[in-house]
Amino acid sequence: MKKALSRIYLVFIFILLYAPIVVLIIFSFNDSKTRAKWGGWTWKWYASMFQDQTIMSALWNTLIIAVLSALIATILGLMASVSLLAMKHKRRSVVLSLLDIPMLNAEIVTGISLMLLFIAIGQFLSRWGYTIEFGFATVLIGHITFNIPYTVLLIMPKLRQINISTYEAALDLGASRWFAFRKVIVPDIMSGLLSGFMLAFTLSLDDFVITHFTKGPGFDTISTKVYTEVRKGIKPEMYALSTLLFVCILVLILVFGRGHRKKPMLSDMIQV
Amino acid sequence: MRKLRKLWLDGPYLVWMAAFIIIPLFTIVYYGLTDKSGAFTWNNILEMGTPERMKALLLSLILSLIATAFCLVMAYPLALILTGMKGGATAFIVSIFIIPMWMNSLLRILAWQTLLERNGVINQILGMLHLPKLYIINTPYAIALGMIYDFLPFMILPIYNSLQKIDPNVVNAAYDLGANKFQTFWKVIFPLTLPGVISGITMVFVPALTTFVISSFLGGSKILLIGNVIEQQFTQVGDWNVGSGLSLVLMVFILISMAVMQHYDKAADEETTKL
Repeated sequence: MKKALSRIYLVFIFILLYAPIVVLIIFSFNDSKTRAKWGGWTWKWYASMFQDQTIMSALWNTLIIAVLSALIATILGLMASVSLLAMKHKRRSVVLSLLDIPMLNAEIVTGISLMLLFIAIGQFLSRWGYTIEFGFATVLIGHITFNIPYTVLLIMPKLRQINISTYEAALDLGASRWFAFRKVIVPDIMSGLLSGFMLAFTLSLDDFVITHFTKGPGFDTISTKVYTEVRKGIKPEMYALSTLLFVCILVLILVFGRGHRKKPMLSDMIQV
Repeated sequence: MRKLRKLWLDGPYLVWMAAFIIIPLFTIVYYGLTDKSGAFTWNNILEMGTPERMKALLLSLILSLIATAFCLVMAYPLALILTGMKGGATAFIVSIFIIPMWMNSLLRILAWQTLLERNGVINQILGMLHLPKLYIINTPYAIALGMIYDFLPFMILPIYNSLQKIDPNVVNAAYDLGANKFQTFWKVIFPLTLPGVISGITMVFVPALTTFVISSFLGGSKILLIGNVIEQQFTQVGDWNVGSGLSLVLMVFILISMAVMQHYDKAADEETTKL
């Protein structure tokens, strides 16, 4: 009886979580321009999305921002983790709590604060005739900023576990500091670096709010395109694109999750 | 670890943190406390006092509290069930509850529009079963549902995690000492998961309080939350000073919720050490 009840409950939550996803996937096969009516099955949106310039550029922007911001955030997160562990306890907790701000603060506030910063810098620079263009660079800076705390959270525990004597041994054997760091420490914390990168990548891929405030006109990611299209009606190609991306990430997670770790990737995020 | 210090890795991220985390927050304070000419004023903050903004703030508070409560009540039993599972399938089942987060969140919320519409999927199914129909699209109920849906995984994950960390021996000890299931839960298991519950509450409450996407997709154009009010100040009205003033008020509420949570977090810590 108890077992049956908990099964039913699991199924209930499962339906709640997956109903909208099923709806979206079905839409991507709907042979009708509007969501309102069903026009039969079709693959055509999967073909036509590759012809749509604006969708392709939004996809390109989304991916390049996600890769670059995850990469830079992982490098900065690694540097931050190293220097945080070298700090005295009190100073470390101060820096850590400052680093946590983008994670704990509301996204809308983080987005607005960055937007205002860029506006203020732009006004300052305009005295010399320079301007700040809202677009790729400003969005990238925003994404790196909200990604850093997550990479630190995944890298620092790994770094804490390494045996520092191996690094010292490398130094004693004549390795330079950088060489020893690259060859001894980095391989030891590779799993932390990878999961930090993956988490940052997926967070960036899905972000809307920060992008919304730091982007300029003419620059769109998938999320901001959905937001502006909502009123005039979403192009069916967007459903196809999102379904495709969803399946890609799913495959990626299954491959990575199986190969390197016992627990699924995202359970790391739980600890966040 | 001190040896690694010599690598000079402190610089880049400290500069980044100052430039893009700390200074931007001061920029909000600056814009929020000055007028167009740059003179000091409280007016931007007092702008929150208008009836429609107070209504939006109040509605945001009510809806986010409701959503947080529902998420907690729904996520806890789920986390318990997941923890109780045995065998290799557990990791797979847990990831089933995380995977939805990989679909574009805006589209997922938009899909609820289709599900909830007057002639939407849910009402068609209800109609087929000859059940009363559900008309909640463009009402606060739909917004609350959207919040619960969107943020539920953020409540499941930390609670599940803290349940995982409980030493089974502690639970067995409680049974051995004669506690029944109910007592064991309230006196042993629940207190031990408080840190997870607290981080779940913060991870749901703050995004729910400040959202503007869920309300604009599921609430129609008439219902405004405080997030919509602020977003419109920046993107439509273009008054950054008033927008910043309103954001400062919103930040006060975020800080209050963090302070409350920290208080309980500390209390929970002391509880745990007493054990």
